Amino acid sequence: MLSANGKLHRRPLVGAVLEGRGDMAVIAGLGASAWDITAIGDTALNFPLWGAMGGAAMIGLGLAIAQPERAVLVITGDGEMLMGVGSLATIAVQAPKNLSILVLDNEHYGETGMQETATGHGVDLLAMARGAGIKHSMLVTRPDEVPGLRAAIHARSGPFVALAKIDPETLPLVLPPREGVILQSRTRAAILGPAADLE
Amino acid sequence: MQRSDLESAPAASADWPDQIFDLLKAYNVKQVALVPDAGHSRLIKRCLADNEMRVVTLTTEEEGVAMMAGAWLGGQRSVLLMQSSGVGNCINMLSLATLHRTPMPMLVTMRGDFGEFNPAQVPMGQATQPVLEAMGTLVNRADKPEDISACVEATLKFAYNTYRATATLIGQRVIGAKTFGKD
Ligand SMILES: Cc1ncc(C[n+]2csc(CCOP(=O)(O)OP(=O)(O)O)c2C)c(N)n1
Ligand SMILES: [Mg+2]
Repeated sequence: MLSANGKLHRRPLVGAVLEGRGDMAVIAGLGASAWDITAIGDTALNFPLWGAMGGAAMIGLGLAIAQPERAVLVITGDGEMLMGVGSLATIAVQAPKNLSILVLDNEHYGETGMQETATGHGVDLLAMARGAGIKHSMLVTRPDEVPGLRAAIHARSGPFVALAKIDPETLPLVLPPREGVILQSRTRAAILGPAADLE
Repeated sequence: MQRSDLESAPAASADWPDQIFDLLKAYNVKQVALVPDAGHSRLIKRCLADNEMRVVTLTTEEEGVAMMAGAWLGGQRSVLLMQSSGVGNCINMLSLATLHRTPMPMLVTMRGDFGEFNPAQVPMGQATQPVLEAMGTLVNRADKPEDISACVEATLKFAYNTYRATATLIGQRVIGAKTFGKD
């Protein structure tokens, strides 16, 4: 799971976290995070974003409030989380137990050509999350920490924010459906049953 | 000049905020996202006092747009309350409603509109309706107290029945334009 430069590889990490995910709903931030969850396995309980940069965590909050018994996981990039960083405060105040956020921090805007983000210059998103009032947080840098990460996400004792320092690698594209109506409709049906389309 | 004069709020006797609250209940709205505006203060109090509504105070209005997408994924109806300046913060995020066909009703109290005193409110206030429409939002305006209930109901119905972003703009004329004694 470690690359030559000692950083975690993103897809094996995401695969390990989603192992035995059950009825967990997963929102993925635009770009590489969306390709990652799709590479692990595209399912109706995946909601990969094609845009809405900065919005992934708040989509997770709306869903977590609506479905309090279901684990909801947001997997997103450092750039995406920085754009929506205020939502950490909003989420901390609402304190949904079933919501986890995993930031895949490659210290770059990968999708747009690997430009540096602020996290490569000392900006600590986890400290920002803690400062926002997120009480349950975790830094992940080594493979032996991944089982603990997975357990924390599945425990539903959130809101939980984890940040994994990952290798800034560019991986082959594995694209989910692009049609937004299909993406929303399949997730609603998986959560609410087939009658969701008649609402 | 009173501090309260800096913001526009409806008179205590106005009953349209209560009418809006009754509509939110009638349409089974469960998540209420907002950045406060003085014009919505009474409605916000009513929502906070209701045990079945989850009131979420946002750091920026675009969070509310994303939250409405998540609420709908999970089968709950939501609404976004904001002042007109907040519409500018929502623009790109409103793509979600068009892309996924998600109900996103917004109730917007206008500033920079009828009899505005604060120059900073005018640019976004004047751009509010065009910006919403450019992003595919169906907009109606209520400029008289007696229009508000019908407009809000249309906004809720249109959003939930036809799956899109909709908005009622509540004109500054009804909310009360402040002039700081300079009128
Ligand atoms: C509002 C907005 N600004 C900019 C972009 C362009 N953009 C798309 S993906 C991306 C970078 C995402 O970086 P990160 O979240 O760190 O993901 P990574 O690819 O590094 O995993 C950017 C800047 C966009 N789609 N939307
Ligand atoms: Mg990145």
